[in-house]
Amino acid sequence: MKTWQRKDLLGIQDLSADEINFLLDSALAFKQVGERTVKKVPSLRGKTVINLFIEPSTRTRTSFELAAKRLSADVINITASASSLVKGETLKDTALNLQALNADIIVIRHSAAGAPHFLGKFLKASVVNAGDGAHEHPTQALLDAFTIREKKGRIAGLKVTILGDILYSRVARSNVWLLTKLGAEVTLAGPSTLVPRVFEELGCRVTHNIDEALRDADVINLLRIQHERQRKTMFPSTGEYTAMFGLNKERFSRMKPDSFIMHPGPINRGVEIDSDLADGNRSVILEQVTNGLAVRMAVLFLCSGGQFSES
Amino acid sequence: MKALHIKGGRVIDPGNGIDAVRDVYLADGKVVASLPADAEVIDATGKVVTPGLIDIHVHLREPGRSDKETIETGTRCAARGGFTTVVCMPNTTPAADNTGTIAFIKQRAAEAACVNVYPTGAITKDLKGEELAPIGSLKRAGVVAITDDGHCVQNNELMRRAVEYARMFELPVMDHCQDYNVVADGVVHEGHWSAALGLRGWPALGEDLIVARNVLIAETTDWWVHCQHLSSARSVQLLREAKQRGVKITGEACPHHFVLTDECVKTYDTNFKMNPPLRSERDRAAIVEGLADGTIEIICSDHAPHCNYEKEVEFDVAPFGILGLETELALSLELVRKNVLTLPALIEKFTTNPAKLVRLNKGTLGVGADADVTIIDLDCEWTYDVTASASKSRNSPFHGRQLRGKAVRTIVGGVTKFE
Amino acid sequence: MSTSPLMDSATINRALTRMAHEIVERNSDPTGLALVGIRTHGVPLAQRLAGLIAGILKQTIPTGELDIAMHRDDLAIRGTPVVGISKIDFDVTGKTIVLVDDVLFTGRTIRAALDEIADFGRPQRIQLAVLIDRGHRELPIRPDYVGKNVPTALAERVKVRLTETDAKDEVVVER
Repeated sequence: MKTWQRKDLLGIQDLSADEINFLLDSALAFKQVGERTVKKVPSLRGKTVINLFIEPSTRTRTSFELAAKRLSADVINITASASSLVKGETLKDTALNLQALNADIIVIRHSAAGAPHFLGKFLKASVVNAGDGAHEHPTQALLDAFTIREKKGRIAGLKVTILGDILYSRVARSNVWLLTKLGAEVTLAGPSTLVPRVFEELGCRVTHNIDEALRDADVINLLRIQHERQRKTMFPSTGEYTAMFGLNKERFSRMKPDSFIMHPGPINRGVEIDSDLADGNRSVILEQVTNGLAVRMAVLFLCSGGQFSES
Repeated sequence: MKALHIKGGRVIDPGNGIDAVRDVYLADGKVVASLPADAEVIDATGKVVTPGLIDIHVHLREPGRSDKETIETGTRCAARGGFTTVVCMPNTTPAADNTGTIAFIKQRAAEAACVNVYPTGAITKDLKGEELAPIGSLKRAGVVAITDDGHCVQNNELMRRAVEYARMFELPVMDHCQDYNVVADGVVHEGHWSAALGLRGWPALGEDLIVARNVLIAETTDWWVHCQHLSSARSVQLLREAKQRGVKITGEACPHHFVLTDECVKTYDTNFKMNPPLRSERDRAAIVEGLADGTIEIICSDHAPHCNYEKEVEFDVAPFGILGLETELALSLELVRKNVLTLPALIEKFTTNPAKLVRLNKGTLGVGADADVTIIDLDCEWTYDVTASASKSRNSPFHGRQLRGKAVRTIVGGVTKFE
Repeated sequence: MSTSPLMDSATINRALTRMAHEIVERNSDPTGLALVGIRTHGVPLAQRLAGLIAGILKQTIPTGELDIAMHRDDLAIRGTPVVGISKIDFDVTGKTIVLVDDVLFTGRTIRAALDEIADFGRPQRIQLAVLIDRGHRELPIRPDYVGKNVPTALAERVKVRLTETDAKDEVVVER
């Protein structure tokens, strides 16, 4: 089997199907670590991981922090409000300062698309993308794929529908790249203003008809709707969204009986998803969280070794 | 000043319908009819001799941002690129919305410029699009056009009045066509690559709407509105249709919009971030078509220097704009090699057409014209090295690009400023 | 590269049978006995030994698998390894664990395995069984049960092949 050769994980788009599968296979081993008495391995002992979060996030940061700690790395969290960025230091200078502190891995979350790629161009430290603007969220797509594989035993040939705000979603983009590389059929659905036709050029189907989007789906991945963060011209209100595109019991009852619900969280109960459905036995939302930890351990582990494999 | 005898070159003087091997004589800062006594001979055999090239859209950054560029360094770029005349944009600090700033620019140009510099004035005070700038006084101070370049007057009533008012002073009104509501915080062309890269889209519609408005305002006021740096296919079509009806509207295009497409932004290199953005292949082809059929009669650079530290940031945060003066001619000559334009038709877009728009006695080699001449080696193959640029800045997407054709001598007012 | 044979199927089986008897002799109370193989070749060896011990004692012996990739100390030198899953489906606390590997060399793999076993619980004691001991220890580790002691040069490689993983049983030295 081919091993991992990359020092950075910037996105899914540059990965091959083999690399994705290798990563997912590695994550299986790290998931098992979480089931041990001692949930910690010494792999990254002596390494320093910096979570550089220029955009607020609790869930992803916590997951990366715990992943690093379970690999025995030292972890420092830098968040936008605490960092010197607000004082006018450029991102490049901030990153070079962190590297000067001998950081081995910089995990970056940034509101600007391409920020991790920008860092990757000049940093010797590994760069792991924890979400860049509306571009990519590779570890989310990997944990989604890991969860689908765990539930369905495969990804190829499955029909996956991603429903919600696609235009501003990095989760949607990374999922489209990953799932299509592994042979799934992806449908993007939601209001026409948030799911423009141009996404068909990324290799998936686009529909604005909720029933059509759900009918044949094996997996429905719901995205969070954040009306307050969007241009106000995109759709009328969350109420209208719920009425037109929310996943309610009636719509869910018409889905395939072995289909299941995913959501990257945090969920808005009663908006994009009916509260009971979120807690139901066909929802894998909390399993996604568990799997996220395993996937992120695998990513930190592989990127950490990857940087030495050339020498 | 020594008289010059430019000997044996292929003289292309579109204003006078000349494309022939002949000699050109310069004396006392003018083109003269016969060989002056004691003239220095410049052998132009195998080269092309044209009226000095004109670029009506450059940012010299002075006053206010002389860390990016100065009138001295910006005009040195111009001379290297074969340009003898540049028209500079008013978005300086302070903005060129007052006669004092215009006087300052003219004074600095007299002291330090190595090519002719003509300023533009603002349409509105501080380029804010709220109240008219003192357009008549600006004209008296020496501006050749008014524009809020970098900004766009959103208020249609204000724009209509600006054009109506400028007509009284025979000043063309240049417009950076961008509808703020439609474009919002867009940074790249809205299309495949904005979707793939997760960058916010700057839709072509944002340009098209303002071009359409400008057509209607030009038609209503019966005065010249010039659409700057056109980038979209529909803009070109709107302009083409308006011109067929005889509307007083003109347009310009920049080499990056007819050489590059939005695919270039896929590595998030901020040297491909400009306003308007690089667009789709369809748009690029339409700009080329517009240049070919004469819809777009002017080529300019939109030379927009920015410091490295300003460009070495997240794509969203980086300022728009790139250097252009040094690569403009070579990139445009690709159009001739691809049979889009004849060489005289290309030279027209750098000489007679811009001179006519801003009403300068330039862009011609007729007897009595200013002694501004560019000598071009069409076959010179070279690689652009931005680190050796005359500019204070380094923000070019064309660094390392193989180019063909180059100005080998730039003569301004009878004096060689670059060779 | 030249290859010389060290063991064949018959000699491997004889060695394992002897080791199984030694394990039984050394551990008078077999109720707490469990075998854990180190991936890759330690796993089938542990299963074979468990089978042999079960034949002697007439009772089944629990077995597990260890993948020590996450506990390696040479991540920085050798680059990213393929990580496999460790499978120990019984509680190791209080047990006598016999770690099983094919070749004992520097001792670093065993060091990693000892660390990893501890992550699963606290065994009463841990013993070590290897098919080949080729010397050149870099850590203070010694085996309790050895199939064959083979003096080697550092540059040589000892290859163990087993029917379960490589279609045939043999041990060779490559030099």
